[in-house]
Order: sequence, then structure tokens, then C-alpha cells
Amino acid sequence: MADFFSTGLGIFVIILAQSLLMAIYLLLTAYFILYADRKIWAAVQIRRGPNVVGVFGLLQSAADMLKLVLKEIIVPAGADRTVFFLAPLLAFSLPMAAWAVIPFNETWLLADLNVAILYVLAISSLEVYGVIMGGWASNSKYPFLGSLRSAAQMISYEVSIGFIVIGVVISTGSLNFGQIVAAQDGGYGLFSWYWLPHFPMVFLFFISGLAETNRPPFDLPEAESELVAGYQVEYSSTPFLLFMAGEYIAMFLICALTTLLFFGGWLSPIPGLPDGALWMVGKMLFLFFLFAMVKAITPRYRYDQLMRLGWKVFLPMSLAWVVLVSFFAHFELFGGAYARWAVGG
Amino acid sequence: MAIDYRRAGWYFLLGDFFLGFKVGFKYFFKPKPTLNYPHEKGQLSPRFRGEHALRRYPNGEERCIACKLCEAICPAQAITIDAEPREDGSRRTTRYDIDMTKCIYCGFCQEACPVDAIVEGPNFEFATETREELFYNKEKLLENGERWEAEIARNLELDAPYR
Repeated sequence: MADFFSTGLGIFVIILAQSLLMAIYLLLTAYFILYADRKIWAAVQIRRGPNVVGVFGLLQSAADMLKLVLKEIIVPAGADRTVFFLAPLLAFSLPMAAWAVIPFNETWLLADLNVAILYVLAISSLEVYGVIMGGWASNSKYPFLGSLRSAAQMISYEVSIGFIVIGVVISTGSLNFGQIVAAQDGGYGLFSWYWLPHFPMVFLFFISGLAETNRPPFDLPEAESELVAGYQVEYSSTPFLLFMAGEYIAMFLICALTTLLFFGGWLSPIPGLPDGALWMVGKMLFLFFLFAMVKAITPRYRYDQLMRLGWKVFLPMSLAWVVLVSFFAHFELFGGAYARWAVGG
Repeated sequence: MAIDYRRAGWYFLLGDFFLGFKVGFKYFFKPKPTLNYPHEKGQLSPRFRGEHALRRYPNGEERCIACKLCEAICPAQAITIDAEPREDGSRRTTRYDIDMTKCIYCGFCQEACPVDAIVEGPNFEFATETREELFYNKEKLLENGERWEAEIARNLELDAPYR
């Protein structure tokens, strides 16, 4: 049996099994964070939230999924059928694909790429295509306008996300998540993580993440109440479900990125306690809790405010930060907090 | 133009955001006032105007004397009444229809009725799957009366001092 797993086919089977495990984990996560999102939102608004289907309403997401799957798929007249169905598939599979390089601890990951961050950035840039294709293929004015709006938003905030990531990469000297996390292992637990040296960027990254995943207060792409759901107007049934699930998986991906880049991944916050995947999951869930709270407490941004924030505040700030960090790193200022080279130096 | 540094600082330190977070977190743990509706129901006033019912006297005789005051006052013209003398010579309705899709639940029929025959009961859960089921006839209204008589009688009694 051991021989089998070292043959080409055996390795393929192992990789397939690992990918399946990851997909199951992600779908389960999407299932429960969707429920958690609604519960947290409800709690802040002094409501109870879903509590009828199953114990504490835990089966609500399953009921919703079943409802959506059983609904009729409506394709608008004149829609480009291929692109119309390709768009939700893209919107769902791309965020899933990005998880291939997200590690849960030193060894639990699907692909140990040296350019993992570049891969994630590339994949999340492609996510725009799901949105813009969905809007265009519907052959209807409102989805098209909505998709243009969302595309502009997602691209704008990707720029500042890129610069913030560069800051972290400069102070690590590696694009590999494992090495970025290892660089944050400094013996002071919580306080040796990158959130402290990169303090302002944590917030910028978090807020850009909100905008990137179309979460409130930047949910202009959907904006159900005012802007008729943007690019999703013509979608129903399973394609809509795919958009929805993809959105939540992308959101959790941002949580994972924030955890890995700024909150020390699987490292334990208290020196002495063992590190492990549980810390990673715990931190991601905590960040998701913040995502949900932000949804509950903030009013929606106006579109020009959104663009102003992206281009006139976040971009200059992150750009200046990259320059500052390069300076700090080159001269190894602040006790070398910005120069924890993993490779070279 | 001078820069308002206080305001700029508040903006860049996400002041409003953290304040909002604090308020949100406070409400997060508050007891929830939501009723678990189908299992738990809210209090209804005795004056609540719900589904209509035609009442009977304790001896089983129907109260309605076909005076058509309710039909006349109905602002939505939802009530239709036909009347004829019965074999014993008393004046009774042969037809008493209420179109519940027209009704605006104003309660004028109940107020116009000299014999407390037509009343609006406490029932508000009478949704149907078809429109036709909401065209109530005399039979349906009398059946409602039998079903809700206890509650209706209690509500009328409780409300009587204020009439």
C-alpha cells in the first residue's frame, strides 16, 4: 500500500483526497459563517435571527440552499447563455482555487508555492471577471451598470491591498506564507506578530478586504434596497447560490490572508502555548466576527465616497508605507522589526 | 483654509467606527424582544378587528335581521345582502357575502349593527391559497361565529364600558 502512494497515480489520489477535504472544509465553513453572519447581524439589531429550522436554526442555511436549488433557473431573453452560466461558476471556483495555497499549519496545505501571495493576488484579481461577465451576459441594463460599478470598486481596492502586501513581503523577504508566519514567531507571542510593526496597515487591509469582497459598508455591487442587487439581478436558483457561496468563501479568504499576514497564522498568541491549526481557524473566525459586526454597525458608503477613500486615502497611505517600510528594513531600524529576513537580506 | 486637526484625527483613527462598534456590542447582548411568532403570540386588544363572524343568540337563532345597515355603511362595498321573509314571517337574510379581499377592516359594520350580529373577531390568521376562498358567504360567517363565539363574547363584554 505504501508503494502505491509513491507512484504517480498514488500521489494523484492523495492530492485529490486533500483537495476534496479542503473543499468540504470550505463548504462547511461557508455554511456556518452564513448562519453566523445572520445571527450576529440579528443580535446587534436586537432580533433573534434564524431559530426555527433545526436546533438554534442551525439548519437554516441548508433549508435556504435547498430552496434555491429547487427554484427555476431563469435565463433572460437575449442573454449569452454560455457566459451567463460561466460567470457564477467562476465566481464560485476562483475563491475556492485561492485556498490551495493557504496553510493551516506548517504542513497542512495543498500546495507550498514560493509565490503563494502572488498566486492569491492573481486569483482574487480574476474574481472581478465573475462579476463583470455576470452583468454583461444578462443582457440587461441594471446588471450591466451594476457589474461596472463592482468591477471599478474591486479593482480600486486591489491596488491598495497589493501595496499593503508588499510592505509585509519587504519585511519578510519571502512570498511564501509559511515563511511569512515563521518570521512573526518572535518569542513575545502576540506582540511579535506583524500587526504591531504594520499597525496602520492592518486596518487598511481589513477595510480594503471589506471593499474587495463587496461587504457592507461597501456592498454597492449588491445594495439590494437601492440599486436592485447589481450584477445579480437576473440570477436565480443555483447560479445565484454559487455567487452567494463564492462571496462567503472569498470573505473567509480575506480573513485567512489577514491572519497569515498580520496575526501570525497558526502561532499561539501566548508564548508557551502550543501553536497549531486551531489558532489559525480561531483567528479567522474572530476576524469574520468583525466582518459581521461591521456589516451590522455601518451605513453604506456612497459611490463617490468609496472611490475617494480608495484612491485618495488608501492608495497614498499604503504607498507611503511601502516607502517607509523599505527605509526601516534597509537600515534595520526599530530593532530589526521590519527586517526579519526569511531568505537573503 | 485651515485644517481641522481634531476632525481629521477622529477620521483617521476611525473614531466613529469604534464608537459604533461599542454601541453594536452593547446591543449584541441585550435580551431580544422578538416574538417566536407561530409559537408565541402577542397580546390583542378586545377591540382588535380581525376576521368577520356572524353571531347567533344563545337559543340558536341567528341575530342578523337583514337591516342592511352594514352593507350601507361599508366604505369598501365589500358586503352584499339579499333578504326575504322566512316561513315564520321573520325577516332574515338569504345571502350574506363579504368579499374579504375588498374589506379594509374598518369595523364600521360592527358599529352599525343594531343587534351585534356581524362582528370582527380576534382571528387574523385566515390566509388562503386562492382568492376565491376569501369570498365569504353566510354559511362560512356563521361557522366563524360558532368557532369564535367565546372570544367574541368576552371581547364585546370587555369593550362595552367604552362604547
